[in-house]
Amino acid sequence: MTDNCQLTTANRQLTTMTSETLLIGLAGVLAAAAPVIFAVMGETFSERAGVINLSMNGSILLSAMGGFAVALNTGSLLLGFLAGAGIGALVALVVAFSSITLKQSQVAVGFVLALLTRDLAYFLGNPVMGQPGPRLQSLPLPGLSQLPVLGPLLFKQDLMTYLSFLLIFLAWAFIFRTRPGLMLQGIGERPAAAFVRGANVNRLRYFYTILGGALIGLAGPIYSLSVKAGWKGTISGLDGIGWIALSITIFGGWNPIRAALGAYLFALLQWLGLALQPILPGIPAQVLQVAPFPLMILTLLLVNIGDSEWVERALAAMPERQRRLAEKILRALRAKPPAALGTTFDSE
Amino acid sequence: MRNSRWTNLIFQLIAVILALGFTTLVMLIAKAPPLDAFKNIIIGSIGSWTKISDVLISWTPLLLATTGLLITFTAGLWNIGIEGQMMIGAVFSTWVLRLLQESTLPPALILGLAILGGMLGGALWALLTGVLKTFGGVNEIFGGLGLNFVATSINLWLIFGPWKRPGVASMSGTIPFPETLWLPTLPGSRLSLWALGLALISIVLVYFLLRGTYFGLRLKAVGKNAKAAYLLGVPTWQYSLAAFALCGIFAGLAGAMQVLVVYHRLIPSISSGYGYLGLMVAMLVNYQALWAAPVAFFFAALNIGSIQLPVVLKLDSTLSGVLQGTLVLFVLLMQGARQKLGIRN
Repeated sequence: MTDNCQLTTANRQLTTMTSETLLIGLAGVLAAAAPVIFAVMGETFSERAGVINLSMNGSILLSAMGGFAVALNTGSLLLGFLAGAGIGALVALVVAFSSITLKQSQVAVGFVLALLTRDLAYFLGNPVMGQPGPRLQSLPLPGLSQLPVLGPLLFKQDLMTYLSFLLIFLAWAFIFRTRPGLMLQGIGERPAAAFVRGANVNRLRYFYTILGGALIGLAGPIYSLSVKAGWKGTISGLDGIGWIALSITIFGGWNPIRAALGAYLFALLQWLGLALQPILPGIPAQVLQVAPFPLMILTLLLVNIGDSEWVERALAAMPERQRRLAEKILRALRAKPPAALGTTFDSE
Repeated sequence: MRNSRWTNLIFQLIAVILALGFTTLVMLIAKAPPLDAFKNIIIGSIGSWTKISDVLISWTPLLLATTGLLITFTAGLWNIGIEGQMMIGAVFSTWVLRLLQESTLPPALILGLAILGGMLGGALWALLTGVLKTFGGVNEIFGGLGLNFVATSINLWLIFGPWKRPGVASMSGTIPFPETLWLPTLPGSRLSLWALGLALISIVLVYFLLRGTYFGLRLKAVGKNAKAAYLLGVPTWQYSLAAFALCGIFAGLAGAMQVLVVYHRLIPSISSGYGYLGLMVAMLVNYQALWAAPVAFFFAALNIGSIQLPVVLKLDSTLSGVLQGTLVLFVLLMQGARQKLGIRN
């Protein structure tokens, strides 16, 4: 009888333990998604205005290194974050200048910048590599953090994670609920019409590309000063994040809420990959870490496939009820890019 | 005409000077001695016959990647997935060797099959990106990037799983193949005239393919204006897929050479970034085959020359990447500047 009782207590303890670790794990997922959210929101602003900033992967690395180096040398986290935003804005300025003013291919310039800023990060980051540095402390919100479940999940995060929650809704509200947001949509969809309505298309494109770049740049120090604190050169584990963020932007259909879901899904998958490793010992860690990529291709396929001619033909051949269902699913998944994405605008 | 050629040259010269200036600035920021670094790169790349042969070894995969990319660029496609295509080429090549190394077939035949296997692997992986684009509407940049990561994980899985060294799997790759299955090299050197010859033949072939054939002309039409080409009766998507497959063949060949000549086994970073570097070379030569070989040689020399920087000057060897990147960036910017000034004049 006593034995049985003890067993139940132990059992209960075990379950509370696991649900606690689970909660900590999920809170970690929210924190790990924060930099991705900043990057994805930045790219969404930029692409909404019609400019693809393909440099993101290197931009994040350089701002991570720069932000860490500045924070290390000045002892100021604020300056570190500002440096990161500045670096991102500067790289975006090069993209904007070459594509808007010089009318060069956004993809070509962006790709070169992606590689160049990555190598710059590794080259210039050599002296600060592996050094212990400052780190953003978590900031439990008084009162709210005491809530059951939600407290440890949402309200024991650090400042940048709180800001990432806020950013999602600010970005969404700005794009879809304000006049300047409407104009932003206009310069990416139909720049000529926006121009006729009095928008200075190219100046606005500069503005949003640089603003987006600053947000992308903040992703760097969020890694190097918080999520993966420190700068470890090529083994920092940040190489590739920018490319993922780029595909999440597309998966998000240029909508901040949907993009945020993509970012959380990605962070969740990466965490699951690590959490599942003891259960799947046959698979090396490197394989589990790239698990999100096939999924990313699949989602891109689902997002785009509804527009293909052969899919439309196949749908037409389906029986009525199934066709309706299939069409509904495809329509819900579909995401159309801003019509003028990647093009230049000339008022003449 | 002559005038425009001169202005072109001047603008490119300015781009080179700006790139050198920027790289110098970067070194000053890093408190590194720029002149010593440049000197080290030059000595480290063409200072001796061994160094030159190292450059040629590195030139081979880079030139092959660039060669393939010229085809996809001509078709208006951004084949960023070339890294993965090289990797899968190397995987297929290794696979063929593993299957046949115990057999009684003559080694020359096995090597030939391994090369063909590599080309097939690269082509299939490239076609995957192509099919995703033409039938799934997935932009080739994102499809290609995603497939690069997938290729990396396939490669790692093979090295750490089914193909692991007896005993312990490690980042140093699979167990090396017997010497009979190495592509012959010059005595006392790691340079293989076979690999070099294949790369040179490839670039010459593609030069004529794009310049002098009906196929090349129609491919150009697809690249310049796919809709117009389609209306004129060019089977557009077939041409796109053909461009992907052809590029994949050269990428796969490059991957096969890395296995058969350089490493004699499969290693995790078998493509070594040559695919991305090939994209840069192709951009720098403005997608023209004529200059691809010398520019690729120059880039390979920068890579080899910077290898000893960490030892001699305590600098990171990514300096070569910085110089290559700024060079391409400034050439693109000066190209834009020239066009802008041209419109105004």
